[in-house]
Amino acid sequence: MATTQQRLLLSGNEAVALAALHAGVHLGTGYPGTPSTEILEYLDHIGGKAQWSPNEKVALEVGIGVSFAGGRTLITMKHVGVNVAADPLFTAAYTDLIGGLVLISADDPGMASSQNEQDNRHYSRAAIVPMLEPCDSQQAYDFTLKAFELSERHKIPVILRMTTRICHAKTPVVPNQDVTPAPTPEFVRDIPGRVMIPAYAKPAHHRIRAKMAELTRFNEHSDFNRIYPGSSELGIIASGISVMHAREAAPQASLLALGMTWPLPMALIADFVRSVKRCIVIEEGDHLLYEALRAEGLMVEAKPEMYRFSELTVPRVRRILAGDLSPEPQPPKGKPPELCQGCSHRPVFEILGHMDCIVAGDIGCYSLGVLPPFNAMDTCVCMGAAIGVGLGMRHVLPEAQARRVVSVIGDSTFVHSGLTGLAEMVYNPPPTGHVVLILDNSTTAMTGRQEHPGTGRSLGHEPTNKMDFAAVGRGMGIKNVHVTDPMEDPQGFASLLQELLAKDELSLVIAERPCVLAAPMIRVYEQAAEEKLQTSCAGAVGH
Amino acid sequence: MSNTVTNVVFAGLGGQGIIKSSDILAAAAFAAGLDVKKSELHGMSQRGGSVTSDVRFGSEVLSPMVPAQEADFLLVLEPTQVEINRGLLRPGGVLLSPDLIPDGALRNKKSLNVAMLGVLSVLLALQPEHWEQGLKECLAVRLHKVNEQAFALGRRQGEARFKS
Ligand SMILES: Cc1ncc(C[n+]2csc(CCOP(=O)(O)OP(=O)(O)O)c2C)c(N)n1
Ligand code: SF4
Repeated sequence: MATTQQRLLLSGNEAVALAALHAGVHLGTGYPGTPSTEILEYLDHIGGKAQWSPNEKVALEVGIGVSFAGGRTLITMKHVGVNVAADPLFTAAYTDLIGGLVLISADDPGMASSQNEQDNRHYSRAAIVPMLEPCDSQQAYDFTLKAFELSERHKIPVILRMTTRICHAKTPVVPNQDVTPAPTPEFVRDIPGRVMIPAYAKPAHHRIRAKMAELTRFNEHSDFNRIYPGSSELGIIASGISVMHAREAAPQASLLALGMTWPLPMALIADFVRSVKRCIVIEEGDHLLYEALRAEGLMVEAKPEMYRFSELTVPRVRRILAGDLSPEPQPPKGKPPELCQGCSHRPVFEILGHMDCIVAGDIGCYSLGVLPPFNAMDTCVCMGAAIGVGLGMRHVLPEAQARRVVSVIGDSTFVHSGLTGLAEMVYNPPPTGHVVLILDNSTTAMTGRQEHPGTGRSLGHEPTNKMDFAAVGRGMGIKNVHVTDPMEDPQGFASLLQELLAKDELSLVIAERPCVLAAPMIRVYEQAAEEKLQTSCAGAVGH
Repeated sequence: MSNTVTNVVFAGLGGQGIIKSSDILAAAAFAAGLDVKKSELHGMSQRGGSVTSDVRFGSEVLSPMVPAQEADFLLVLEPTQVEINRGLLRPGGVLLSPDLIPDGALRNKKSLNVAMLGVLSVLLALQPEHWEQGLKECLAVRLHKVNEQAFALGRRQGEARFKS
């Protein structure tokens, strides 16, 4: 963090965390995922209370509890994390929240580090929640503060949608800390506002629609939106990072920069559209804004279909404005990433490749097992899918092929959404049995080495309860449970796999070996924990 | 003065300190009171893959990404990454490749990123105290000395190369 008097140079993620701290947030929670991960890490670093949940659904549920108890809460996740958290989100919108609840959805157009480029603006419409979209770190800071107030005023969750270039770009921020003080948590019973049985949910649906109508009126005059006056020949409507690209690409144009993008301020937009000869919507991803404006009867242009894909940039916005449909120059093809030298995943994929296994894979560093020299992963869909997808293949493949199927899942991914897959396996075992392999490298390596319930350390790397995967497997009723280190004994690991694949039984193999990048820090954390234990024991004796 | 923005792109491989060096430049420009934006892609790029980072500064910076063919400077830490990124430079833009730092000149090879900033410093209007502040803010205290030396070495190389 760079400072010059009151100015700070912050990433969007840091700006959100700082605003949450200034808003007196009672608890930040979430699950790691690029590009959102640094928000909670930074909140912890600057003295806020932050913790990792096993997955996004649980994180949001914890946040809803904080809000019902009157506390302010920040919940962070990447775009696909909102899919996992969608169930609580859709119904939380029906409830009457108390403490401000701000959900960060960090989208990844262009898929710098994601399995899809879904556009989470859809969620504001589908779940009936207001959405804010900052265009730089200053707005990320300002909007986060205002999001808490908005959430409390309308008793509604607020989604702050960021994208990779907002989360990770560093831009100047002047913090103002001008925010209504956080409420003090206290339990106040409100059964019709929080118990969503049909009798209470029916009126709640009407309530949420009324809240949105109120928010629409508010947004018509809110300072979330801004007009940059310019030529009446060309008008541009944009939100998020597209505002910056558009201002740079067409400095002469009139520009309506929308900061609160749901519910839309239709009267404001209609006036703007009428004030210019040609009006074009510059939006990254789907044509959501365009479609909403056309449904309203407004004469606006959309970007051509080819620009739906990947990120927008200044040159791409110039092309859109010029109606340029010619093939785009391809960005330079760099060197692809690969598993680190000494990575514990390497021997595993070498062996799976040699044995010609059909590998139902999952997401994490180990997804790189799909690339040469390993070429040892056959499927990768979403976190936790390894187990279900592997079981599905086992159920229908001819026996000889079914026997080759192995589900491979990382430790963080297993806790995130592999547990219910194991329950499925025990409940509906395929005739040939199945083998699930957990790659336990004691960290969430992919996103920068975060802790999770299986490491026994909290977000701040302090000791906490540790989940025992082998005990979980046995407790769920899996017959063969083995813990091994394929790095130390590759031969033993290969013959164990061979043996288990030949059986018609259920097996869980836990391959244990710390990630080489995480190992040095893990030793430091363990040492610190031990020293703390010793001084507290010495203290206890003294008293 | 019209709004002139300086565009610098850093390129190399994961683990070379690309992000760190772009952080230092951004902090130095910020210390000079300029508007600054800095952007890169994290994630899979950490595992030894290609990494680039964009730094832009001036009186007002809008997009955080340097548009292709608009980089004033392309600073590359790994020889294999020169050709694939050359197209980012504007006509007349300056390429700074790692061979500007002679083999064996650095006490610690890891400070190549900072030595290259020393070279770049010769071509920018930022003052020594701004660079100093950038280095101090972005590096752990125990790394200050070795990196100050690396920066000074790079600056001498830059002067020899560009100021003769
Ligand atoms: C729903 C969802 N949340 C978060 C992510 C981001 N993400 C992908 S894999 C992963 C966890 C990787 O950790 P682990 O399974 O332990 O494997 P490792 O990287 O350590 O090999 C995360 C957080 C995602 N892709 N989907
Ligand atoms: S960061 Fe860890 S898990 Fe990821 S490739 Fe490197 S050693 Fe393997």
